[in-house]
Amino acid sequence: MKLEELAQQTGEWMRGNGPESDIVMSSRVRLARNLADFPFIRKCTPQDRAAIAAAVRRAIDALPLGSETEFVDVSKLGDLDRQFLMERQLISHELSEAEGARAVILDPHERFSIMVNEEDHLRLQVMQSGLDLETAWKRMNELDDLLESKLTYAFTKKLGYLTACPTNVGTGLRISVMLHLPALVATKQIEKVFRAFSKINVAVRGLFGEGSQFMGDLYQVSNQMTLGKSEDQILQRVSEVIPRLIEYERKAREFLVEESRDDLHDHVSRALGILCTAKKISSEETMHYLSKVRMGVNMGLIDSVAIPTVNKLFMHTQPAHLQKLCGQKLSVSARNTERANYLHQHLSENGGADPKRN
Amino acid sequence: MKCQHCDKTATFHITELTHPDGPAILHLCEEHARTFFNQEGPAHPASALTNLLSKQLKLEKVTEELANVDKKQCPMCGITFAEFRKGGRLGCPYDYIAFEDDLEPLLINIHGATTHSGKAPHNLSGTPQRQFRLKQLKEEMKDAIQKEQYEVAGKLRDRIASIEQGELLENDDPESPLADDDFQSEPLEPPSDPQST
Repeated sequence: MKLEELAQQTGEWMRGNGPESDIVMSSRVRLARNLADFPFIRKCTPQDRAAIAAAVRRAIDALPLGSETEFVDVSKLGDLDRQFLMERQLISHELSEAEGARAVILDPHERFSIMVNEEDHLRLQVMQSGLDLETAWKRMNELDDLLESKLTYAFTKKLGYLTACPTNVGTGLRISVMLHLPALVATKQIEKVFRAFSKINVAVRGLFGEGSQFMGDLYQVSNQMTLGKSEDQILQRVSEVIPRLIEYERKAREFLVEESRDDLHDHVSRALGILCTAKKISSEETMHYLSKVRMGVNMGLIDSVAIPTVNKLFMHTQPAHLQKLCGQKLSVSARNTERANYLHQHLSENGGADPKRN
Repeated sequence: MKCQHCDKTATFHITELTHPDGPAILHLCEEHARTFFNQEGPAHPASALTNLLSKQLKLEKVTEELANVDKKQCPMCGITFAEFRKGGRLGCPYDYIAFEDDLEPLLINIHGATTHSGKAPHNLSGTPQRQFRLKQLKEEMKDAIQKEQYEVAGKLRDRIASIEQGELLENDDPESPLADDDFQSEPLEPPSDPQST
């Protein structure tokens, strides 16, 4: 499997179907695991790191998983490839920028990935389109059982799975749901929602863009506590919160329509107009307008574009994707031109509509 | 009222109760409020953790005690508690045993709990106690070889091999490493009062 082949496909979490997919982009489950025989990453020698990667590779090769997945040596990848995998959320920033032996095991359908030598020796993640935490956890549990049959994890009965950071100890489980919340942003209620959620120990953070820059109105909601509650209880907790957020977003959308349907229609149509006609456009600006278009399509205000197309564009207009797709490295300015071309091709009258839409 | 960072109208009036110098009142415009929430947010778990650690330790311990905690060192990987505090990441699984008393209040703070509930691996031999026992036995064996006590070294080698092959230790996962009958070597730090947290 070549990374170029990945670039052509949309990947599980960007498929744009599954329950509540007008608001919920994807459900994601992550487990942190460490091998008992080695120190945690910060105390690993280069030999330790290499030995961990080799042990994981042996374990996976001994399973049917070995022939179904691709073992990618991240230390041998160039900047562009690493950024590409990051944009697809198959590897983290930390894994991309680390030094020494490190790897990612990729499922060709991008339903899961396993990072080796990230903050912990192993970071397993399972992705599912739309709101489907149960399936995501079920598949994660199976994947974990498989690996566990070949590897000895650092574990005590008292503290559970031992992790490099005490914030992950216990289950090592992080459940995240990625939501598209443009109306809560537009009605300036998002901060209020954040604060309410932090009180119940659920973290909300922006996706795409480091730190303070929230792009595309995409937010990730996840559990903060990993110790003392079982996997099912943690799942339950996040599952209870999401429908409330969805409801808030739906109410905010209704409010925008009641306030002025014409204004809203104008707003989302102009966003589409800019994306279709711009000659140069940055990835931030693209995300900004794509978000409005996505809301417009989901609210029945735009019918010339299908949701899978919008989701695909969210991904394909990211810097590394754009360069992968056109097969060469591009300067920022050249990327902005290429991005505008790409958008024009995929959004103009016949390019964007998908006859199989949902 | 104007935002305290710019000329825009302050729409967020925040009372920060966790401020180290007592409650702080902030008046911010939307943009600066966003920055404020983000820096406080969980985007950087390591820095949030080190903040939490320093706050908590300052609250609960006097300076002298703090310096002593900082000097504690894991006998397995050699990391000191101060190094952990700075980086927010532990050095090896045995740190959870070596720093048990000092980590407990932190775990309560983060998780509101100190004991695991949930999944366990089928293979329970991956305890840090076992790894530590192996390290000790290997050192003892090296020592025995140096002293030309080959019979002792041979016995130790067999013991190591059987532990490595998964023989269950009597107290493989005890509450404290000192409860292990197998534990003959001297503890590397003075046993502290178990109630002192």
